[in-house]
Amino acid sequence: METFTLVSMSILLGVLVRWGVSFNSYSGAGKPPMFGDYEAQRHWQEVTYNLPIQEWYFNTTDNDLNYWGLDYPPLTAFHSLLCAHVAKLINPEWVKLLGSRGYESPAHKLFMRATVLAADLLVYIPAVVLYCCNLTNGSTNKKVGTLLCILLYPGLILIDYGHFQYNGLSLGLTLWGVLGLGLGWDALGSLAFSLALNYKQMELYHALPFFCYLLGKCARQGLTGRGLFSLVKIAVTVLVTFALCWLPFLSNPEQALQVLRRIFPVARGLFEDKVANAWCSLNVLIKIRSILSSDSQFYLSFTVTLLAITPSSLKLLKTPTFWQFKLALVNSSLAFFLFSYQVHEKSILLAALPVCLLLNDLPLVAIYFLQVSTFSMLPLLLKDGLLMPYAVTSLAFLVFSTHLLSALERCTEAQLRLEGYHRLAAWLPACLPRLDLARIIRRKFYTSLLLMVGLSVASVALPPPAGLPDLFPVLVSTFSFLHFLGTFIYFNIVQLSTPQGKQKTM
Amino acid sequence: MAAPAESSGWFPALAIAVSLLKCLFINAYHSTDFEVHRNWLAITHSLPVSRWYYENTSEWTLDYPPLFAWFEYGLSQAAVHFDRGMLVVANLNYASPATILFQRLSVVFADLVFIYAVKECCTTVREEKAAKDLLRRPCFVLAVLLLWNFGLFIVDHIHFQYNGFLFGFLLLSVARHLQARHLEGALWFSIVLNLKHINLYVAPAYGIYLLRCFCFAQDNPDGSLRWRSFSPVRFVSLGAVVLSVTAASFGPFVAMGQLPQVLSRLFPFKRGLCHAYWAPNFWALYNVLDKALSVLGVRLGLLDVAGLPKASMTGGLVQEFQHAVLPSVHPPAALLCTLLAMLPALWCVWRRPCGGRCFLRCLVQCALASFMFSWHVHEKAVLLAVLPLSILAVESRRDAGIFLMLATTGHYSLFPLLFTPAEFPIKVLLMLLFTMYSFSALRNLFSGEGSLLHPLEAVYLLGLVAVEVVCEVVFPLSPWQRTLPFVPLLVTSVYCALGVSYSFVRLYVSLLTQEVTEKAKRL
Repeated sequence: METFTLVSMSILLGVLVRWGVSFNSYSGAGKPPMFGDYEAQRHWQEVTYNLPIQEWYFNTTDNDLNYWGLDYPPLTAFHSLLCAHVAKLINPEWVKLLGSRGYESPAHKLFMRATVLAADLLVYIPAVVLYCCNLTNGSTNKKVGTLLCILLYPGLILIDYGHFQYNGLSLGLTLWGVLGLGLGWDALGSLAFSLALNYKQMELYHALPFFCYLLGKCARQGLTGRGLFSLVKIAVTVLVTFALCWLPFLSNPEQALQVLRRIFPVARGLFEDKVANAWCSLNVLIKIRSILSSDSQFYLSFTVTLLAITPSSLKLLKTPTFWQFKLALVNSSLAFFLFSYQVHEKSILLAALPVCLLLNDLPLVAIYFLQVSTFSMLPLLLKDGLLMPYAVTSLAFLVFSTHLLSALERCTEAQLRLEGYHRLAAWLPACLPRLDLARIIRRKFYTSLLLMVGLSVASVALPPPAGLPDLFPVLVSTFSFLHFLGTFIYFNIVQLSTPQGKQKTM
Repeated sequence: MAAPAESSGWFPALAIAVSLLKCLFINAYHSTDFEVHRNWLAITHSLPVSRWYYENTSEWTLDYPPLFAWFEYGLSQAAVHFDRGMLVVANLNYASPATILFQRLSVVFADLVFIYAVKECCTTVREEKAAKDLLRRPCFVLAVLLLWNFGLFIVDHIHFQYNGFLFGFLLLSVARHLQARHLEGALWFSIVLNLKHINLYVAPAYGIYLLRCFCFAQDNPDGSLRWRSFSPVRFVSLGAVVLSVTAASFGPFVAMGQLPQVLSRLFPFKRGLCHAYWAPNFWALYNVLDKALSVLGVRLGLLDVAGLPKASMTGGLVQEFQHAVLPSVHPPAALLCTLLAMLPALWCVWRRPCGGRCFLRCLVQCALASFMFSWHVHEKAVLLAVLPLSILAVESRRDAGIFLMLATTGHYSLFPLLFTPAEFPIKVLLMLLFTMYSFSALRNLFSGEGSLLHPLEAVYLLGLVAVEVVCEVVFPLSPWQRTLPFVPLLVTSVYCALGVSYSFVRLYVSLLTQEVTEKAKRL
């Protein structure tokens, strides 16, 4: 069958599943007074449409920042404004200042879902298609299989089309950035990534690999000749993009500072709720928040994060290949997720995107991680009433991806890129036992799947014991944390053990 | 639906994938058929058998044969564990989340019968050369065409019905006939006939075929019937199978003296010639021709406006349709037309049976003839022809072309079933997915044998896109939406009627010319 047909059918299927999930509930549906992320997005449309741009990020009589005040960078605000204009055309009630708070109706839900789909169709899906067609190797069937798996990744679908957010847009822009770099159009890539940064500040998780890759590449070309020229070109692109996005706020320093204060709310604490990162998991054993002051919490997390990303960044700086870049993206975003300040459970999507890009290269580990990442959001999804789509899409992803990518057959140690371990073990026979790592990983995969099913069923069906109301969410987040930590170590080993000259051959 | 890497385990993967996809649409729109089946659950669960066909609290009275009522009774035993509220007859339009979940899941699980039947059908497919690429293997293509069938998907899992379950039995009986296990085939067919009486449409094909090829054990050397080979044992065993199933189904009601009541529920001839939305068949064309003639007649002064029946001006909205110029049609006339349309196909099977494929062709022909000419046909009935035709389509190039015509127009004619804006993307995406797959897969299958469609046919099918854009995008924005709201439905059904009628004729042509070529070969 022609590539065109296969690719189109994959896209159709991806869109179909997205729309199918969108029939379900969203965060905060029918829960006054605060509702949820759905209302936040609607509220931003209301604010940006009705207020002058200078008031968007300020607390005024018409703009109560305590009620879902705008706390994303300017591009999100512009996107809200655009959506608001469309909303106004259809039904002015949807964006009426103050009068529209908590507005809910089937027609409005349809509109909001359609805006997410439109963003996905314009940004995320084309980027995925281009990535799979141009930057993965293997037969056509393999490429299309990868494409379908990336499009069916349940975490992103459930958060965007169930819970309600526009992650497809920020991740899609990042992916355009990756595409640009992969195809050698560095300036365009940095343009796309700057836009992603201006859409969602969490994209900083990916910033360091972009920076190191481009810097390392320019350094290779010689920082006195052609390299300098490329570096200046990239720097100018980034600066101009940022300047354009921030233009309305640059006239007055107070404006720009206020936006920054809104975007980085340092005062909110080390972590909130249950999130599968190091601090929240450590909290089970030690109550960090009561031991350390707010400031030292911040410095602690900053230092640990920095330490965690240093090895992969240095390696990338030294060997700026595309393969290293992809691995560094995973390592950097996972390091941020595990150790940085104020992490949300949804931020795991930032790590999931680069892992999706590795689906074709390291199928088993990638599928393993992606399954756990969806599972780590279970408490959130249950709160939003998304049990059925969660179960269906996770199961479908598992069946499809293992089948299409033949994940369970393609997992010898060489294919898992773990030869490095044995080289190390040969050096240090005393400390490192000889292990069949491939078998261990495969067995762990099955065990984890069973545990995830068990924990999911328990969270849904069993009432928590009287003394421990949070038992299941804590179990879910600790379980996920251990897996994320394991993945983090694995990807670091893979990245650091890749020999200098070796590219992405298999 | 992209390529599974290795050929093992592809069938379960396809089946699991489509079942999971079905579960995704639990919260989507459902039609009044949802309430119909809930009501039947309540009736069969809470009333004694003697009341089943008399109960009329809801307007959706039980009008399927008794075996289906027993199926609902079985389902109601599981429904108890979800929500007892749905089992109360007086709870009209009851649709709690648990009720929706239960009913939707019941359809998904009942489809297991369908999945099994498809698996059996796939084993009967003739493969001349085993293609290396799985995507080019006829049995893989057939599995996708059946399991992922667009019509079944939207009618069962969004609109809400149990067609997959019913077609499962029908396809199973077809597969058994193709495997020459005739008694089993007859058993499954009598079961499906007692589950839903719409299968009477294809009963003549079964009757003639079984009589000719099963009861008469041998043919003359020239292929004609050898009267003396009639096997009474076979005839009696066949009769015993059919009668025992029917007796189990209708027996209790006959014993209670309720047969006339049951039959009056099953065959409500008080309904009009056409359903509210005209099925794309011969009568849709007939109605439009009548309308055109009457308008022309008035223009030319040949007809008196006062003399015309009033309702005809709102055709498409009311069920009763009085013809102004052409003779009005009554149930016996429709029945006669149907039988006449079936006769040639039946005659072919009787004269020169050429195995299971011939029977299958005749079955499709009967289903299509009934769809074209029967009284009060539903648009969904086109699936009765589309699904069995899929089996023929993967084996011959000519049938593949007809299948593409019939499936595409027939499926498109189901679009008006889903009219809510939220479901609009679903029907378009699914239709594109299925149509794209069927075109490309069948073209691949017969890649060396020329194109499947005549250019004119391709133009006609592309016209469907134009019809869709005009009916669902342009027209609702135009001022005519308020004055002539029925026009999109009218256009859809007439345009599709052309395609279905064309496929009907082409299928006949292929049947009759096949006869001729075979004769020529023999000479």
